[in-house]
Amino acid sequence: MKKLLNTLFVTMPDTYLSLDGENIVIKRDDEIAGRYPLHNLEGVCTFGYAGVSPALMGKCAENNIGLTFMTRNGRFLARVVGEDKGNVVLRKEQYRISDDERRSAIFARNMILGKVYNSKWVVERALRDHALRMDIERMKQVSASLSETMKLIRGVEQLDILRGLEGSAAVQYNSVFDQLILQQKEKFFFHGRNKRPPLDNVNALLSFTYSLLAKDVTAALESVGLDAYVGFLHRDRPGRASLALDMMEELRSVYADRMVLYLINKKVVNDSGFVKKENGAVIMDDDTRKAVLKAWQERKQEKIMHPYLNEKIAWGLVPYAQALLLARHIRGDLDEYPPFFWK
Amino acid sequence: MWDYDEEDFLMLSGIQHFNFCRRQWALIHIEQQWEENVRTVEGAHLHRKADQPMLREKRGDKLIVRALPVQSRRLGISGICDVVEFIRDSSGVPLAGEEGLYLPYPVEYKRGKPKRNDSDRSQLVAQLICLEEMLMCELSMGYLYYDEIKHRVEVPVSEADKTKVKQSLEEMRHYYERNHTPRAKPGPHCQSCSLNVVCLPEMLERKPVSSFIESRLYE
Repeated sequence: MKKLLNTLFVTMPDTYLSLDGENIVIKRDDEIAGRYPLHNLEGVCTFGYAGVSPALMGKCAENNIGLTFMTRNGRFLARVVGEDKGNVVLRKEQYRISDDERRSAIFARNMILGKVYNSKWVVERALRDHALRMDIERMKQVSASLSETMKLIRGVEQLDILRGLEGSAAVQYNSVFDQLILQQKEKFFFHGRNKRPPLDNVNALLSFTYSLLAKDVTAALESVGLDAYVGFLHRDRPGRASLALDMMEELRSVYADRMVLYLINKKVVNDSGFVKKENGAVIMDDDTRKAVLKAWQERKQEKIMHPYLNEKIAWGLVPYAQALLLARHIRGDLDEYPPFFWK
Repeated sequence: MWDYDEEDFLMLSGIQHFNFCRRQWALIHIEQQWEENVRTVEGAHLHRKADQPMLREKRGDKLIVRALPVQSRRLGISGICDVVEFIRDSSGVPLAGEEGLYLPYPVEYKRGKPKRNDSDRSQLVAQLICLEEMLMCELSMGYLYYDEIKHRVEVPVSEADKTKVKQSLEEMRHYYERNHTPRAKPGPHCQSCSLNVVCLPEMLERKPVSSFIESRLYE
């Protein structure tokens, strides 16, 4: 498998990034605040409005280093893209599939299958580890219902039916998600998903980690030559990375949700790191954001067994492996797209 | 026999990839996938010296030209010769701006040491064919320079070698026109392949994805 290098997160807003030889140099008030060799990096991600020199942008594009700009809250702003990589044949086939609702459904259903499977096993894992703290009967019900939904999804050839099944599975999973929060319960609770803006601590964490995941999946798809903006389940909408959102579905629960639960249950974050604005919107302070990014980076280095490749790879390479498998199926090497089944 | 249009030319260097592994060639030349690794970086470094098109040396009866673009319309390929040595030879051909008659000998720079397979040779043979066609001469020898032994190896080229390269090119064109990436048999050569992580050779031998999914669904 491809080697997992590091992503450099720049969280200070008043910095300027520039290139010096083979190094990235971080300047603050005209003074050098840091210097890192580029060959150790696979991504640079800035939060806030840090400036970047054109020379550094060019170098990153040339060396396949993803350079992403995010707002302070982790909303995606822009990305530096170099010369178009990958091949037009693969991409045209992707477009043909996307234009054909039936074929799109067949692609999307495997991703949704992965999503439901993984959310089921997040529930099962929690039951195994902390049964004493949970409503076992309710959780078992949810798990069984998710299993049933999977069997239905397997045969679906219509996008609206697939969306319906996905929706009902999400309702099931969300209905017990609050039970997975085992610490700091009075300040961290889940009563449903809200995002524009997030109205509680948990939703603020979920939004932030989802945006990090979206960035990773987008980069992975583009690196294998696919167009992250042309999706199967998510239809075209200007500026939306629809295919990245499709592929994210199977990784949300195991990659992002579990990260959020870890941060709360291990008390890596606490209520004082969240600010409630006048309109009810909840945002994280700088230290909390930093703590999330640190945990995110550490998780990426951990090894797991890839279910289909049967190979030990770093968590951080899972989006890349899935993107590669998707491209292989589109090209006809594989009979189906193998979802990432976590357990 | 008709000629190919320049638009449809294949890259000469692809012959080496193709003879190493058909799938590797297709991944690079059809799918445009490329992964840098130690070997490709070493290769680029090695070519730094050869890749100096402005350098032209004359030593007695020898004229040394670097980074010479060559093509064969008949085969529909083009590429660049690292080094071509033109040697004064009474059976040679006249060169523009030079007195006397010359015959060209391509020298291809390679990383590592002489290989057991024919992939390096095939690239040299293709260069020879191009030079023959462009200069209207007949050639039967070139050199492969290997950085590990710091030595060039003399490579005699027979008609049979040229025929083999022509056959490879026909096969390449067949895949190219259909935009088809052939499957390949995984083997020991996969270990040294720079595209291993894109190709996923073992994946091709795995059980169908459908049975993988079914087994998880009903566990």
